[in-house]
Amino acid sequence: MSDLILGIETSCDETAAAIVEDGKKIISNVVASQISIHQKYGGVVPEIASRKHMEYIIPVIDKALDESGKKITDLSAIAVTYGPGLIGSLLVGLSVAKAMAYAQNIPFIGINHLEAHIYANLLEHNEIKPPFVCLIVSGGHTSLVYIRHFGEYKLLGQTKDDAAGEVFDKITKVLDLGYPGGPITERLAKEGEPSSIKFPRPLLNDGSYDFSFSGLKTAVNYYIKELKEKNKIIPVKDILSSFQQAVVDVLVEKTLRAALEFKTKQIVLAGGVAANSSLRREIKKKANLLNIKVFYPSTFLCTDNAAMVASAGYYKFKENKKSSLSLDAVSRLPLERKYY
Amino acid sequence: MVKMNFTIITKSPEETKKLGKEVSKLVKPGDLLAFYGELGAGKTCFIQGISRGLEVKDYVTSPSFTIINEYQGKIPIYHFDLFRLNNAKEILELSYKEYFYGEGLTVIEWAEKIEQFLPKEHLKIDIKFKDRYQRKISFIPQGDRFNNFLEELSRIENIRD
Repeated sequence: MSDLILGIETSCDETAAAIVEDGKKIISNVVASQISIHQKYGGVVPEIASRKHMEYIIPVIDKALDESGKKITDLSAIAVTYGPGLIGSLLVGLSVAKAMAYAQNIPFIGINHLEAHIYANLLEHNEIKPPFVCLIVSGGHTSLVYIRHFGEYKLLGQTKDDAAGEVFDKITKVLDLGYPGGPITERLAKEGEPSSIKFPRPLLNDGSYDFSFSGLKTAVNYYIKELKEKNKIIPVKDILSSFQQAVVDVLVEKTLRAALEFKTKQIVLAGGVAANSSLRREIKKKANLLNIKVFYPSTFLCTDNAAMVASAGYYKFKENKKSSLSLDAVSRLPLERKYY
Repeated sequence: MVKMNFTIITKSPEETKKLGKEVSKLVKPGDLLAFYGELGAGKTCFIQGISRGLEVKDYVTSPSFTIINEYQGKIPIYHFDLFRLNNAKEILELSYKEYFYGEGLTVIEWAEKIEQFLPKEHLKIDIKFKDRYQRKISFIPQGDRFNNFLEELSRIENIRD
């Protein structure tokens, strides 16, 4: 018999619910994005985020059930993100998931958002087998992780200041280009020259697997500031192209180095920035030369969604790793922490 | 009492961090430091220095995504980043009073966004670009506690150039 898992995700921008069969087959996948609301403000507004989640959560879950053609009584378990993220937002999904699981008397499984991003890859790629190295890179995170077995993670390094995706958002805000910064940068960068401006590549050769994007952010901002003060034309496309190249260079270099050190033949990308085509292209090109295969999810599974939560939930469910109904939302949640 | 303001120039992010470490020696539970300064000025950097001084083991990262990060050092640190806030009233949803009037040190980036909600007693720290690397850091006390604070800070040897 197959197992149907309902996944729920409300950690940041998106209110999402999905039903996944046996951890692989997406039966339904609904995402109500708040981006149109946040666009006005140039970023996530926490108060609006939690209020909108409350408004959307029940209709989104209903829609996921409707589209799947399944009934609530067909579910084997409910999986939900409990961290990391905005506390108020996490609580909305978590509370609904607990109530539903309790009412249906089925297991409730708390999922780490970062782990869910890794599992997004398993929805599409059967070939992924640990050990592998995974780069999780988004608006809130930049982490390099070694996965020996599923569920066993070694954090190799992470950002010491800003997340890569966050810097994209901040730079496009300085340039008055809007939100979210990733897709906007990618589009305009294509028409620019990536080597036209020399921006720093922080920590590129420091020997660690940590990242730092704050110095790059400052350098880009100062470059723009100086041009503005001198009333010069701002070469937006060249700036974005050179900036994106600096981010990609650091991400690719450190990820490849980790794969070589841990002698893995697979690299997995996860998180919203994994949708960046420049990152995908460059890492594939270089990994090919080293005989290393690179995997990443389709764009709709890179950004926040609930199918990845349901997928992660399925594997926990199979290992009988249920969560207690007293599980709390956790704003800062490292990958290693046990959830059950 | 004469209101005391003072300004220090730092020449690198390392110097800004060092200054943060000096400031950490004087803070007490319940203090609030309000940071002003544009993108890349060095607000997070200064706060990293404070946290290091208070023996926080975690990485102190930009909380732009989660709005509030909490760290445990010698005293608790509540690190706010209001970059994404559009309207001051949104702070009301974050149970801000529990932090501002709590048992730890509160540090706020982009404090200009919620000026009307800041407690009477706080220390304003304004960081401005002098050039690409140098920063002009001004300390402006609000209330007696921080007048005394700055007097003590100015007595620390080598704090000025």
